[in-house]
Amino acid sequence: MIKIKAYIHEFWRYRDLRRLLVEKNVKLKYRRSFLGYLWSILNPLLIMLVMTVVFSKMFSRNIDNYPVYLFCGQLLFNFMRNSTDRAISSISISGAMLKKCYLPKYIFTLATIDGSLIDLIFSMGALLVVMIATGARFTLWLLLIPVTLAQLYVFCLGLGLFLAQANVFFRDMHFIYNAVTTAWLYLTPIFYPIESLSEKISWLIRHFNPMYFYIEQFRSMVYKGTAPSLVLIAAGTGAAVLMLLVGILSFYKTKDRFILYI
Amino acid sequence: MENKKIVVDVDHVKIRFNLSSQKIDNLKEYFAKLVKGELMFQEFIALQDVTFRVHKGEAWGLIGANGAGKSTLLKVISGILKPYSGRIAVHGSISPLIELGAGFDPECTARENIFLNGCVLGYSIKFMKEHFDEIVEFAEIEQFLDSPLKNFSSGMRARLGFAIATMVKPDILIVDEILAVGDYKFHQKCEKRMQELLANGTTLLYVSHNINEVRRLCDHAVWLDKGAMRMVGDVQEVCDAYMEEMKK
Repeated sequence: MIKIKAYIHEFWRYRDLRRLLVEKNVKLKYRRSFLGYLWSILNPLLIMLVMTVVFSKMFSRNIDNYPVYLFCGQLLFNFMRNSTDRAISSISISGAMLKKCYLPKYIFTLATIDGSLIDLIFSMGALLVVMIATGARFTLWLLLIPVTLAQLYVFCLGLGLFLAQANVFFRDMHFIYNAVTTAWLYLTPIFYPIESLSEKISWLIRHFNPMYFYIEQFRSMVYKGTAPSLVLIAAGTGAAVLMLLVGILSFYKTKDRFILYI
Repeated sequence: MENKKIVVDVDHVKIRFNLSSQKIDNLKEYFAKLVKGELMFQEFIALQDVTFRVHKGEAWGLIGANGAGKSTLLKVISGILKPYSGRIAVHGSISPLIELGAGFDPECTARENIFLNGCVLGYSIKFMKEHFDEIVEFAEIEQFLDSPLKNFSSGMRARLGFAIATMVKPDILIVDEILAVGDYKFHQKCEKRMQELLANGTTLLYVSHNINEVRRLCDHAVWLDKGAMRMVGDVQEVCDAYMEEMKK
């Protein structure tokens, strides 16, 4: 109990460091770039545009307002992919710092996930643009977006912590994870409707793919303009908490040995 | 002596590295070695049975040849490394820098780095704002505040790092042979600052190859030799013995 209290105290003590690391990442990313932060909005817009051109013909029969449908999935999935991908190396690239000063190591992983969350919030601006341009319906359910984002954030944090600690010991993590996320991308109904899958695969995705939980909730609010299903919220929260536990426990178990490997 | 508080208590500390596993950092190698049965344990004892107690306000010099374990010992004291066996207890706030300016990011400006480094040391942004001018003045970098740190000379970096680390009165200050890069004037300034801190009750742990400096600043010394404690006690005696050995 005293230990947990000490950890909370430490977390609080270094809150400003977390803030600065996030600021630093966001600032450095766009330093010297002409359009700067605008890229956070332009980038997803451009990709969405290309994908709409390519895929809308294929699925336009059963999906109306394809751009918004696509964008919902793409936005959340990209956040998951970018945040965890950056989290993987968060510990190993901070080696110089961790070797020389005592710091709570998870701060670095936390800061990368935070940074990606800020990117996601910027990208929401792009979603807004697309929604207005395509004449999508705005409902009050949009106010519940933070509920979904909170689950997704916790999920990514857990996954990020797990990957970050694994990468300290095995630098192959990046390459393995790259293959995993590519498969994951195709196994998530982002640019196709889930109905177009076979019964069996669809069942598996609906029950075991956490990204499906989050994207479906998000689509209910943004795309369909209805309440997100409570079952999906429960499933999403469960997956997030479980992932966070896995992340924290694996991180906690190995953190004292990081220094020998970074 | 007896009534003074113990701030650092190093008790039979042993640090062990596994040399062979340090080199394996990808799965392929790991499995290859596993199959070949080469995952043996090749251990390296970086510190063995190190025991000493530092009381409040004392200044300790750590001396010894390169690779004797001085920096490893400092890392244990600041909590970066956990001892393999033995115990370490530290009471009080510690300025946990093994190398001054370790928390610097070369891409950021000096201004940003002052805040970043301060937060690495565990201070709040508000606190850093209050002491900002003091740091800039001590480090003498007013005109370069907004240039990226990568354009700074190593001396300037050390000045900035030292200014931040000693800006407040830490209970324990760790200095690891960084002053070597500063010029003479700055050197004097740093020594003065350390004397001031010492007079105010800060405990100093000082690593240097400059024995005269150790003699001047410290009152106690530990002589490490290949991870083992060779001698501990009064700074003059330890330094004399050390110099004697070096001359051989």
